[in-house]
Parts: sequence; structure tokens; C-alpha cells
Amino acid sequence: MSFTNLMLTVLVIGALYFIAGQRAAFVFRSNGAGKLHSLPHYHGVWAAITSVLPALIVLLILLIGKDLLFQLMARDYFPEEILMGDTVDRAIALAKISNVVNGINFGEVEPWVQSAGDAWIRWEANAIIVANSLVLATSLVGGLLGYRRINPTFRSRNNVERVLTWMLIGSSLVAIVTTIGIVLSVLFESIRFFKLIPPQDFLFGLEWNPQFEGAERAGSGGGTATYGMIPMFVGTFLISVIALTVAVPIGLFSAIYLAEYATPRIRGIVKPLLEILAGVPTVVYGFFAALTVAPVVKSIGESIGLEVASESALAAGLVMGVMIIPFISSLSDDVINAVPQSLRDAAYGLGSTRSEAVRQVVLPAALPGIVAAVILAVSRAVGETMIVVMAAGLAANLSFNPLDAVTTVTSQIVTILVGDQEFESAKTLSAFALALMLIITTLALNYFALQIVKKYREQYD
Amino acid sequence: MEMVMSESMVENTSQVEGRAIPEQTIGDIHVDNPRMTARHVDVFYGDKQAIDNISLDIGVSQVISFIGPSGCGKSTFLRCLNRMNDTIDICQVGGEIKIDEQNIYDPMIDVVSLRARVGMVFQKPNPFPKSIFDNIAYGPRIHGLAASKVELDQIVESSLQRAGLWEEVKDRLDQPGTGLSGGQQQRLCIARAIAVSPEVILMDEPCSALDPIATAKVEELIHELREQYTIVIVTHSMQQAARVSDRTAYFHLGRLVEVGDTKQVFTNPKHELTQDYITGRFG
Ligand SMILES: Nc1ncnc2c1ncn2[C@@H]1O[C@H](COP(=O)(O)OP(=O)(O)O)[C@@H](O)[C@H]1O
Ligand SMILES: [Mg+2]
Repeated sequence: MSFTNLMLTVLVIGALYFIAGQRAAFVFRSNGAGKLHSLPHYHGVWAAITSVLPALIVLLILLIGKDLLFQLMARDYFPEEILMGDTVDRAIALAKISNVVNGINFGEVEPWVQSAGDAWIRWEANAIIVANSLVLATSLVGGLLGYRRINPTFRSRNNVERVLTWMLIGSSLVAIVTTIGIVLSVLFESIRFFKLIPPQDFLFGLEWNPQFEGAERAGSGGGTATYGMIPMFVGTFLISVIALTVAVPIGLFSAIYLAEYATPRIRGIVKPLLEILAGVPTVVYGFFAALTVAPVVKSIGESIGLEVASESALAAGLVMGVMIIPFISSLSDDVINAVPQSLRDAAYGLGSTRSEAVRQVVLPAALPGIVAAVILAVSRAVGETMIVVMAAGLAANLSFNPLDAVTTVTSQIVTILVGDQEFESAKTLSAFALALMLIITTLALNYFALQIVKKYREQYD
Repeated sequence: MEMVMSESMVENTSQVEGRAIPEQTIGDIHVDNPRMTARHVDVFYGDKQAIDNISLDIGVSQVISFIGPSGCGKSTFLRCLNRMNDTIDICQVGGEIKIDEQNIYDPMIDVVSLRARVGMVFQKPNPFPKSIFDNIAYGPRIHGLAASKVELDQIVESSLQRAGLWEEVKDRLDQPGTGLSGGQQQRLCIARAIAVSPEVILMDEPCSALDPIATAKVEELIHELREQYTIVIVTHSMQQAARVSDRTAYFHLGRLVEVGDTKQVFTNPKHELTQDYITGRFG
């Protein structure tokens, strides 16, 4: 039975149990067995849940378990030298076997690989039969057990509620666990990096030259690899500052216009338009920056006698600023709208003009929320990659000059990890260390923003 | 009452429980010494008429109270008197309203200075999330009423004193106004309105969010303020209207049904609707 068919069958069994459970309840009711604790459909849902849920859990365990089990069994087929070898050798051996199983062929296949592959195919076939039977049996038996518990006093309603609660908790756990998993994996790889490169060299180093790593290992001279992160953080900082210089005034002013001045009709047109701006993929902004803005910046700069790199922090920052305008304006619009109308009434009632009311009452009241919006926008800017890769260049110059080519943390991570790379090399691992720093930075920014928002919420209650 | 309210608000033949709403206001809309005069005022929210042809004088140094079932247009009419209705996009005001013989809907008039002359206190206390001092100083600052810090301090102190709040807050002027109790907040709002030295103070159910003790304090305050200011108060409480006001106006479905001396309106109402309302038959 294919996977889809298996799932369908399980669902059909569940549906049957639903009907059966509901019927049972109706029968109790018409037999005059007294008042049912729960409505009939709750009994049906209960029977269906006890049938479907355990079956799905068993299926999940089997899906994960079968490959792990075979990987253990495959050892019997490994030749001596691989069993003696390290984890990498074993991983390669398993990959070879899996190629055979999947019918991918790279020339000559060693006999032990072939026989292991055949064994895996046989195992796979048996495993599927066993899995199908186990899953179906679970759903039938589980449903039956659930069904048999149904009686007039049985609290299906409460039990269904409990199962739902756990399912909701489960879903949020998945999100949390993946996040933790990502952070941990970045953390462990970073620790490996810091075993090769002393943390102080990374954290305070002013030069970033990982590309010399290969030459250094080969002993062919040419230069020493250095791993100072400062140039990239300066680049990130520079571009973010330029972006905010563009985005904060424009975003904030358009939010004020939308929230306080625009008629409902204009607001209904402008707000969706701004939100479209937020939906443009960053790669589109990226080539806009590289192909349109950067040349304009260069030609304007040169016409007034400045030296401008063809890829400049200014071009990338300007476009990034445009990208985060809707972010700031939409969030600020929300917080400005959240300022109670009664405060505006008070201001107008005392004879304020509109702009006095905005400046002296509405904005101060909305300020914490606006600050939070700006901080969230900063963390957007810091994490943004595409525009920078395309428009700001990749040269890790330590420069505060917006007309120079600079690079940012994210674009360096991309550069390091694009294309072939060796594991275990300091160059590859440095990407993880950079990522760790980035995560810490944005996490800190988001935390900061959340604290401010929280404080803001307490203000009017 | 719900059903009646949801009907078209103003028709010439409006009937409430078999009683007609009069075309003409009963009682004398005139006073000897008017501060504000409203003539033939109509208000529309979009297509919906909320005020129908109301004329009324508001006397100098008098307290007039507006009573009537909710939704009858008391707040709407009140908000015409300082043009707060301008802040509602769909609101259209017709007719003529004058303050000291000056038409407040004249295109030449400065709305901002009108609102400084006709102050307003709202139903729910709405202090700014600023310090007590800054709350009071807000009006004088935007209108440039104080030439120096000392003068500003004086205005703040005297406003708080007149609002009877000075003793309670004089040691914590730098603390947020939102941290005061509900009754204190409302008196703070009254002090804030007084600080710009208005001629008229409009109060829209100023006590409806307050407990009885705070209400008593605010009523006492209104008593003291009546000598210097003209006060218009909307209230749901008949007792309050009877206690604080010199004249009483009874509104019904967008019309001014009856107006007269408070004593007369409460002891000897001329129209059946007024009688029904003050005896608690509806509202
Ligand atoms: N902002 C507004 N937009 C539309 N209709 C309104 C608005 N404010 C009040 N109204 C309508 O005008 C009528 C009078 O309201 P209001 O003056 O608030 O009555 P009251 O203060 O006597 O309870 C009501 O029918 C109300 O629904
Ligand atoms: Mg009202």
C-alpha cells in the first residue's frame, strides 16, 4: 500500500469510528439512558481521535525508525577498513549504499556495496508491509478501545478538549524546538571555529581575509588568512544607518499622514499600495539597487568630484531604506491608531491645531511603539542579504565612507557558503561564527523592542 | 426605548408611545444676558439627521443642563458649541451659533481660539500621559498665555486650586496624571480646561465614570465655578441636573422638547415627554 493510500485508509477508519461513536451516543439517548454528559458528535470525535492519532504517531515513529535501523544493520556489510575508519568514512559508505538503493550510478560498484544495497531494498519492502499492518492495526484497535469507553456519563467533551490542547501545545513545541535546534547547531559549529581561531582575534580583529586559508594550508604563501569580524559589522552598521536615515522619516511621516490627515478614501488606497511595497521580493530590490541606483549614485558623485565605488554602501543603503519604509509606516500607523481618540479630543478641545495635537500628544503617546517599530526595522536591515550582496560589493573594507564598497555579515556568510567548501576548515566554520553573532544581535534587538512594546501596552490600562 | 430609537430619528409626525414630539420648543429659549445663542441648528451625520432645528440661548454665568434619553443628540448639540464636530468627517452642521454676537461657524473665525474660549470636559477622564504639571500647562503653552516660567507656575497652581485638586497633588506635580484616581483625573481635566481661561465650559456627562463621592466633589466644583464661567452640562442623572443647574433643556430624538428654569422643569414639566422622562418612565 502506498503512503497516500495508507493515510487515506486511516482517515476512512477514523470517519467510520466517528459515525459509530455518534451512533452509539444517539442510541443511548433514545434508549432513555438518562442525560448524556456530552453531545453525540463529541463522542464521535472522541472515537475518531483514538483511532487516527495513535496510528499517526506509530507511522511517524516507523518512518524515522526504519532508516536508522538499517544504518545499524548495514555495518555487517562494511569491509574491515571502513569499520576501523572514522565517522566520515562511514557516512560516505552509507551514501554509496543509498545511491545503489536509489538507482543512482557512478560507474563501478564495489561488491559489498551492491550486496548491502540489495539487502536494504529487501528490508525496505518488508518494512513497508510491517509498517502498513502496524499502522492499520493501531488505528483499528485504538478506535475500538476509544469506542468501548463511550457511555452516557463518559466525558467526551472534556477529553476532546484535552486532546486539542495537547495538539496546540505540540504545534508550538515544533516551532520552538526547531528554533532551538538551529541556534544550537550554529552554536556548536561556532565553538569548533573558536577552537581554531581565538575568539579575541575574531571579535576584535580588523581584517577579514578568509580567502587565503587554502593557500596557507597548501604552504604556497601569498598571504595569511585573518578572521576579524569588525569590518563586516561596521559595514552592516553603515548600511543600516543609511537605510534608517531614509526609512524612519519617510515611513514615520507617511504613517502620520495616513493615521491623522488622510480621509478614509485616500487611506484605503494608499495603505494597500504601501503594503505592496513590502511584498516585493528582496532580490528585485537587489537588482534595482545594483543596476539602477548604484550607477546613478556613482555618476552624481563623480559629477561633483567625489570618488565613488561602482558598488557603494550608499546605493545599497538607500534601496534597503526604501525596502523597510512600509515596515516602519505600517507598524507606526498601527501604534498611532492605537492612541485613544479621547487624547486627541482632549487636545483639540483645548484648542490645539492638528499638528500640535500630533506633535505634543499623539506622537509622545505613540513613541514607545514607534521606537519598537524602528528597532524591528533595524533587525530587518541587519539581517537583509540580497540587496547587499548585489549592490554593496564583497570587499571587506573597514570604512565608514558611504561611497566605498563595503560588505556585511550576511553577504559574507553567503560568499563563504556558496560553492564548494571543505568541512572542518576555519573558513567554512567562520560562517557559523558570523551567523552566531548575527543571531545574537538581532535577538537582542528584538528583545529590546519587545520590552518597549510591553511597557507601552501598560500605559493606558 | 430601543425600538423607538432605531426608527428614523426625525419625522414631522414623530410619535413616542402615542405622544407627539413638538415642532416648537416649549418654554422660553431666550435669556436676558446670553453668552451663546444657537438658532435653527441642524446636524447631519452623513444622511442621518441627529439635530433638528434647535434654537437655544445660553446665559452668562449660568449652568444649563441637557437631559434626555441616550442617542437623542445631547452630545452632538454640545459639540456644536465649540465646533468639536469638525473633527468628525461626516458631520455637517447647519444654522447659526454665536458667542458674544460673533458667529462661530463664520469661515473667518479661528477654530483654535474658539476652543480656547469654549473649553470642554469629556465623559471619560482623559488626562494626557504626561505629568500633572504638563497636563495643566498644555493649554497655556500652546496659546502662549504665560510669559515666564513663574507665570506658568502660577496658572498651574491657581487652576488646580480652583478645581479643588491643589492640596491633593501639590507634592507630586511631576508625576503622571494618569496615575490619579478616576475622580481626581476628572478634576484634573476640569483644571486643564480652566487653565486657558475659557468663557464657557462644556461638560459631557462628566460624572458618569465616577463613584458617588467623586461625583459629589465634581458637583461641588461646578457650584463654585458657576460664578466665573458659563457651564453647559450633559447629564444622565436627574438629581444632578436638579442640584447643579439653573436651567434645564430636555432633548428627544434630535429635538429640543422643553426648556425652562430647572425648578419649573422638574416640578411642573409642561410637555408629557418631559414628564415621562423625569418621572423615570423611560430613558
Ligand atoms: N460620530 C458619529 N457618527 C455617526 N453618527 C453619530 C455619531 N455620533 C453620534 N451619532 C448619532 O447621532 C445621534 C445622537 O448621538 P449623541 O449626540 O451621541 O446622543 P446623546 O449624547 O444624547 O446620547 C445618535 O443616533 C448617534 O447614533
Ligand atoms: Mg452622549
